[in-house]
Amino acid sequence: MIRDAMNAKPVLDLFKTKLSVINLGLESFAANLVREGANAVHVDWRTPAGGNAKAIAALDAIEAGTAVDVEKANAEAVRRILAAEPTVVGIGLALDVVPGMARDLILHAGPPVTWGKMCGPMRGAVIGGIMYEGLAGNPEEAAALAASGKIRFDPCHHHDSVGPMAGVMTASMPVWIVENKAFGNKAYCTLNEGLGKVLRYGAYSGEVLDKLRWMRDELAPILAAALKLHGPIDMKSLIAQVLQMGDEGHNRNRAGTSIIIRELAPHLVMLDYPKDKLSKALAFMNANDHFFLNLTMPSAKCSVDAAAGIEGSTIITTMARNGTEFGIKLSGLPGRWFTGPAGVVDGLYLPGFGPEHAARDIGDSVITETSGIGGFAMAAAPAIVKFVGGSPKDAIDVTMRMYEICDAESLSYRIPVLDFRGTPTGIDVRKVVETGILPAINTGIAHKDPGVGMVGAGLVKPPENAFRDALVAFAEKYARK
Amino acid sequence: MKRITVKRGSYYDSVFLMLATRSLKGLDGVREAIVAMATPMNVDLLGDMGFPTTELDGLGPNDLVVAVDAANDKSADAAVKEAFESLDRKKTESAASGVTKVGSFGAAMSRAPDSNVAIISVPGAFAAREARKALEAGLHVMVFSDNVPLDDEIALKKLAVSKGLLMMGPDCGTAIINGKPLCFANVVRSGTIGVVAASGTGLQEVTCLIDRYGEGISQAIGTGGRDMKNAAVGGMTSLLAIEALSADPATKVILVVGKPPAPEVAAKVVAALRASGKPCVAHFLGAAQAKDEKNLAFATDLEEASLLATLLAMGETSIESARACILEDSGNDRYNRPSKAAIEKIAAAEAARLAPGQKWLRGLYTGGTLTDETLFMAHATLGGVRSNNQTDPAWTMADPLRSEGHVVIDLGDDFFTAGKPHPMIDPAARAERLAKEGADPSTAVVLIDCVLGYGSHADPAGATVEAIRTAKAAAIARGGYLPVIASVTGTPADPQGYSDQVAKLEAEGVVVMPSNYRAALVAIEIARKAAKGGAR
Repeated sequence: MIRDAMNAKPVLDLFKTKLSVINLGLESFAANLVREGANAVHVDWRTPAGGNAKAIAALDAIEAGTAVDVEKANAEAVRRILAAEPTVVGIGLALDVVPGMARDLILHAGPPVTWGKMCGPMRGAVIGGIMYEGLAGNPEEAAALAASGKIRFDPCHHHDSVGPMAGVMTASMPVWIVENKAFGNKAYCTLNEGLGKVLRYGAYSGEVLDKLRWMRDELAPILAAALKLHGPIDMKSLIAQVLQMGDEGHNRNRAGTSIIIRELAPHLVMLDYPKDKLSKALAFMNANDHFFLNLTMPSAKCSVDAAAGIEGSTIITTMARNGTEFGIKLSGLPGRWFTGPAGVVDGLYLPGFGPEHAARDIGDSVITETSGIGGFAMAAAPAIVKFVGGSPKDAIDVTMRMYEICDAESLSYRIPVLDFRGTPTGIDVRKVVETGILPAINTGIAHKDPGVGMVGAGLVKPPENAFRDALVAFAEKYARK
Repeated sequence: MKRITVKRGSYYDSVFLMLATRSLKGLDGVREAIVAMATPMNVDLLGDMGFPTTELDGLGPNDLVVAVDAANDKSADAAVKEAFESLDRKKTESAASGVTKVGSFGAAMSRAPDSNVAIISVPGAFAAREARKALEAGLHVMVFSDNVPLDDEIALKKLAVSKGLLMMGPDCGTAIINGKPLCFANVVRSGTIGVVAASGTGLQEVTCLIDRYGEGISQAIGTGGRDMKNAAVGGMTSLLAIEALSADPATKVILVVGKPPAPEVAAKVVAALRASGKPCVAHFLGAAQAKDEKNLAFATDLEEASLLATLLAMGETSIESARACILEDSGNDRYNRPSKAAIEKIAAAEAARLAPGQKWLRGLYTGGTLTDETLFMAHATLGGVRSNNQTDPAWTMADPLRSEGHVVIDLGDDFFTAGKPHPMIDPAARAERLAKEGADPSTAVVLIDCVLGYGSHADPAGATVEAIRTAKAAAIARGGYLPVIASVTGTPADPQGYSDQVAKLEAEGVVVMPSNYRAALVAIEIARKAAKGGAR
């Protein structure tokens, strides 16, 4: 009597099928099966979420069921990031174009921070910004004003903007206007000031302010006019090109700076300005390898902003640092920052400087990684592999690891050495927490004292707790139980 | 000097860490060494041992720590070098094994979408969530890990049953599916006997004996120790396995082995066997002998269970006729079983050489179920045997490290394996204990197992012979003699080779019996004679 064993059917199917095993844990179990002729794939298992019980409970709760379909929400978030069409449409004054900008408002990099908690470089930049705006006559007055409460501080990110390093933006600074043509949203970023003593590294001496004024009064109008002749610049296409020319879009911008000069030069020389002024503008861009960074950043910003605020999405839409804290935002939890202490950059130093001079991790430039370039495209930039271990293989390893925490691959930004595979895009906070693989972030290093400038560059680890806290908050909002 | 070396972001399996730790401890000038992941527990441990834990701040379970207490810098350098080399050997070996490696379960599924079984041997605290993922993906699951909470086991098994999937374990050491050995299992021939077993070495012993009797295995399904024993788990896996084997055309006979089930579970299991429509054999270790039913034999030991199943598979048409075939005669029968009379003769010859004062049985086991089988037999016959596996608190060993009177020890018990490899993987701990028992002039007989197959040590007999030789020589030097009795759980097709292992033991004068049951009979008989003062 053979009974009708409906419930056991999958077991009976197993008995009839070739054994094919997924092995987690002791690797020898997989090796033995292969030796005996079975199929086996071994999983190089790691403790989930570093063994953090709260984070594991959040992962499990989300997996057990959510009020909104997370996979669908993430697919939409990723679709929007990939479909973005960042385009440079103009240059304007912050007060005129940046939403919510005001005379008494200073925007800064990273999550919210008070004057009392600002790091050295950011305080320096704020002092410089106040003097640049003519609100104070000397640094002491400026610092007193900053501390008085009469000046408001707000993150760039709260005003559709991003700023490198200290990221200070004041009302009368010229800004790039980048529009995401696919979704109509815009992002803003100041013009890059070059290297050495610059405001973004906290310098506020007379020469720093003079240069800012020159940028406002001469450089910006020239570039704006040239841009008008050129017409809107398709940044997606330019970024795609620079990744194939040895840039990764964050720490190396040499190809990008060259290419933007190439784009603008034919129009720039046609302008009705004295030759020496046009030449000075071109020479300024040429002397600053990072000129292109301030175009890449708002491009990345308006690309990921289109994916913000999607109910139920675990995609990270913002990462930013203010020199005191590192913060992230999730698409599905709009308006909320999750922060941890800003890290110390593991990097290489310019001659005469060392880790003892370094400020903590600072700047909004990590928006590039958030959008899938920068550290995530490290394999594209063999020229700067020294920052990640020294060999091109190290750079490839960095990018390969990032695929494990992302939901998608870019359709436009491709890496030649990976057989033109798209860069890892759409960081899923669930994967970051589960695997413990933190986003790889390339960055510059500021001197901890205001006004000294850049002292090196390297790689920084974001604080793991920011990602765990975000995941736990997500589970609290969306998990059914 | 105490030194700590850290390698961040490098996760290693605990077995490899323990083997690396062991390889350091033998080095010149190394007083203490630990190779471990920086779990909070290990960090505390290192602190207790006097290592400077400030260097461990901010480390987590994915960071590797090599802690060495050495006589000088040179020894410490050598130890750290050996630690990394030992761990790297593992990596090189794995590269040569031809196993595809990926970073996550999801990646494994996309690499091999036809996968049908997941084997999980990660730390117990994390095993349940990996098992759940695998079940959700539609895979049958074998959880080797122990220390999985009971609630998790119940939830996982409910999920599995709702999907008709096998959830073997937790704490399931052995299975044979479609002829392939999973985890700790032997290479046995294919056949028509389907086995459902709660325990690892119990399943290994019956499958190896069946192989030796000329029959084979259709499927051998492990369930984990709590499946039948715990009423809340309710035999969920056992019942599904019995249902599947009942419907499986390749299975002619069903054999169930385990500890006595909870009463309500026992009723369900027996009902399922009755309803299977196939001849069935059940053996519940240490249970009161139940009466045979028409299609269901209750065997008294692992050997009898294997033999009855074999005979039924080979065509015996009833339980009675199968039982009739295994009545013992006076010599070794066609199943190579020395009879009670033959055993009496062997025991008498061994016991005759004992010195006065040699009184006690010392059973030193690497396999848990084999320990239990011997323990139940000896406890009854010898009037009380101490063991770390004893269920009777009066006879539980106060200190498992110290033998007193008759003793049968499970060296694979958590007490012995905390921070050390299981003795089936590394028999060194058993060899040490054997040397200790051999040095005790009151020891009358040493009884050991020797478990072969995948998962086990590459040469368990070879790893034990030196200790046997030393112990036997010491006994003779004292004017006595040390009988050592063994059985080898294995098959000719196992990587270690059955006859090679038997030959290695016999070369040292070990009496090797064809089953643990017979080995225990011999040893118990020697101990009985010794206790009666029959020696000399």
